[in-house]
Amino acid sequence: MTSRLTLVAVLAPAVAFAFAFFLLPLGQLVLIGASGEEGLASYWRVVSDTLYLTSLANTVLLAGGVTLATLTIAAVVGPFLAQNRFFGRSLLVALLTFPLAFPGVVVGFLVILTAGRQGLINEISRWLTGDRLVFAYSLAGLFFGYLYFSIPRVVLTVMAAADKLDRATIEAARSLGASPLAVARDVVLPALKPAFIASGAICFATAMGAFGTAFTLATDITVLPMTIYTEFTLGANLSMAAALSVFLGLVTWLVLLAARRSAGATVAAAG
Amino acid sequence: MQRRWPFFLSLAACLVVAAFLIVPMVLSILAGISENFAHGLQDGVTLRWVGEVWRLYADTIFLSLQIALATLVATILLGVPTAYGLARAPGGVARVIEEALVLPLAVPGLAIALALIVTYGGVTGFRQSWLFILTGHVIFTLPFMVRAVLAVMLSSNLRVLEEGAASLGAGPFTRFLTVVVPNAAPGILAGALMVVTLSIGEFNLTWMLATPRTKTLPIGLADSYASMRLEIASAYTLVFFVMAVPLLLALQRWADPRRQKRRRPVAAEAVR
Repeated sequence: MTSRLTLVAVLAPAVAFAFAFFLLPLGQLVLIGASGEEGLASYWRVVSDTLYLTSLANTVLLAGGVTLATLTIAAVVGPFLAQNRFFGRSLLVALLTFPLAFPGVVVGFLVILTAGRQGLINEISRWLTGDRLVFAYSLAGLFFGYLYFSIPRVVLTVMAAADKLDRATIEAARSLGASPLAVARDVVLPALKPAFIASGAICFATAMGAFGTAFTLATDITVLPMTIYTEFTLGANLSMAAALSVFLGLVTWLVLLAARRSAGATVAAAG
Repeated sequence: MQRRWPFFLSLAACLVVAAFLIVPMVLSILAGISENFAHGLQDGVTLRWVGEVWRLYADTIFLSLQIALATLVATILLGVPTAYGLARAPGGVARVIEEALVLPLAVPGLAIALALIVTYGGVTGFRQSWLFILTGHVIFTLPFMVRAVLAVMLSSNLRVLEEGAASLGAGPFTRFLTVVVPNAAPGILAGALMVVTLSIGEFNLTWMLATPRTKTLPIGLADSYASMRLEIASAYTLVFFVMAVPLLLALQRWADPRRQKRRRPVAAEAVR
């Protein structure tokens, strides 16, 4: 019924916009990455130069650790909030999903206020033990910052998935005498696997590309987005910054693609 | 059913996680309204720092609002027709176009910004105006609008309604404005809230795209974190909370997919 002309008319503006301001610039970035003194070898340097390799390893380990921790938290919190009704539940849900879409810089600042030199944890520690406790500017500070902005997203996704679970299966397992832990282990968590894979991949990709938090904390450990920024501004090394950006974008895109494939397959297998 | 120990254990875990998320926010709010953060609230409560923020950074607040509204207009104008097209186009074509349009979600903001700079950085008039930031924000938020609207268009029986309108003689343009858009309203609302919230808080892209004359709120925040006393930085963060929190609450209220399913689409009422 919808004519071909109508389809072209409604799709053309966004396609033209995406082409001019996203696909074309991205192609340009790929070319510039190969335009340095070493040409295409710039891309090889991303994984061979110790400086960049260290930064890459830091980023992957940090993003991986944060993803695991966030998924563990969501595995407890998500199904619990979806399956139980109690006084104050909606307030709790609101509090847990509140920081969704807080910018990374704000999260970095909150880490400083909590674990920095004038921070709450330092005050408590000095009062309790007399020792100073400041970890905002270390790997731990980065970890907690990343955890902070990851939790709301992942909890929301897992909660929504847990909400759609078949209550009858859970009740059946219970009435057959399975303990709450056994129900969680054998029924609830396996059924939530696609949601874990999907939200875990988004969490990992977001953490890989996060910039604001590391920027605010200005930690001594470098993560890849900070390395890109430094190459671009301080090093004035445009081609290396471009090569690193292309590499980073490729990694996050592949992680999301792989997750979508595998989550899709799992869903299909379950159906 | 009687509550047992796993219930209370899980509840305790939830409370710990909620505290982890909320306590830093409370600290920041307190620091923003206290005379001297080092003394806690002993020296009294003041709005002096908020006033100071207004004096120093009011322009960043207005620029952020301006860019958020412009981003909203642009994503509606581009996104709603696109979602309609994707719902109607043959599967293969729609898949390819959708993939290209949502690709910015999979690429870190820093890389998108760098790509824009290497391509259009030479166009000085564009590079130095707020339109440069706007472009970045539209690229980044368009996928959210398209997805939110597409979800509603695919779920409501829009096709039947449109055929009805067509059989009564309505042309494509009339059908789009009087049948498609009103029925997609819940999706547009959800997408709009998401777009505005993301635009107001966007930093990763904006930090690279901004110039000293085009600073948005998050850019000003980063600036104040690096160079201002803790109370001013906190008061500025408080201003951000005041702007973002109503949006986040509205997002929880209206963009919740579960709620959306329960609400009967406008289409359902019209057909029956």
